[in-house]
Amino acid sequence: MSRLTIEDLKKIRDDTRKKTMLREGGATVKITVHMGTCGIAAGAREVMDAILEEMSGTDRQDINIMNSGCMGMCSSEPNVTVEIKGQDPIIYQHVDRNRMRQIFKRHVLKGEVQTDFALAKIQ
Amino acid sequence: MRELSLHLIDIAENGIAAGADLITIKVSEREKDNLMEIAIADNGRGIPSALLEKVADPFFTTKTTRRIGLGLSLFQDAATRCEGEFHIRSEEGKGTEVSASFKLDHIDLAPLGDMAGSISCLIMGNPGVDFSYAHEINGESFIMDTRDIRKELDDVAINTPEVIRWIMNTINDSLKSLKSG
Repeated sequence: MSRLTIEDLKKIRDDTRKKTMLREGGATVKITVHMGTCGIAAGAREVMDAILEEMSGTDRQDINIMNSGCMGMCSSEPNVTVEIKGQDPIIYQHVDRNRMRQIFKRHVLKGEVQTDFALAKIQ
Repeated sequence: MRELSLHLIDIAENGIAAGADLITIKVSEREKDNLMEIAIADNGRGIPSALLEKVADPFFTTKTTRRIGLGLSLFQDAATRCEGEFHIRSEEGKGTEVSASFKLDHIDLAPLGDMAGSISCLIMGNPGVDFSYAHEINGESFIMDTRDIRKELDDVAINTPEVIRWIMNTINDSLKSLKSG
């Protein structure tokens, strides 16, 4: 494989600029991956990687990804919170790559809460 | 933790929680000294000296969500079980540096693991924080600094998926060429 260069980065920058010109308004979805010691040990990095894969496969520019600390529910980690503007945030539990892909495809993109792995709704 | 790079995410997240906007990560592997060193420094608010000796105690935490704090104690344990050392230095208002060393050939040494995945995970989840990552293997080294990348990106966000993928691939490539000497 050829070495990646700054030129590649510049190309990514220019391509992204073209795409983001189509963007309207700010973020409407926030995905928070809880990355305390417990979350990391339970596989939160793999969850982040699954999000990266899903993000690469969508043109949606209004999805924000954040890391945060432990919520105190260490036994249900990895926890992921999905917050769609105007809706109650949903905390998911025991999230792995597959669950994350399903959450992304169904909840983030289509608005269908995945109750099978939902831990709580924050009201 | 299955990998040392996961500790690295954990310690870096501590710094970010302490308000840091710059995390400096240094990894050095030297076979002739049979030594690996990992240091993570932040420019967060620092730890008051009265608490500094307690932070690696698993039954001490300043959090109110739970009563234990395992991050630093697990990292300390990972180092000391490989006949290494663990140090934490902090100055209030300036930041904290956590460093650990490991005997490279120790049977209990956990693999360093997926450094590219760990660093890019930190960048992706903390777009407001800068990361400087230097890795040295037997005298050869490379540095990746998000401040340089941001300069090239101009108005494009650093957590754009394609940019994160570029960072991940660049780190993997650089490590591969360091390892091949």
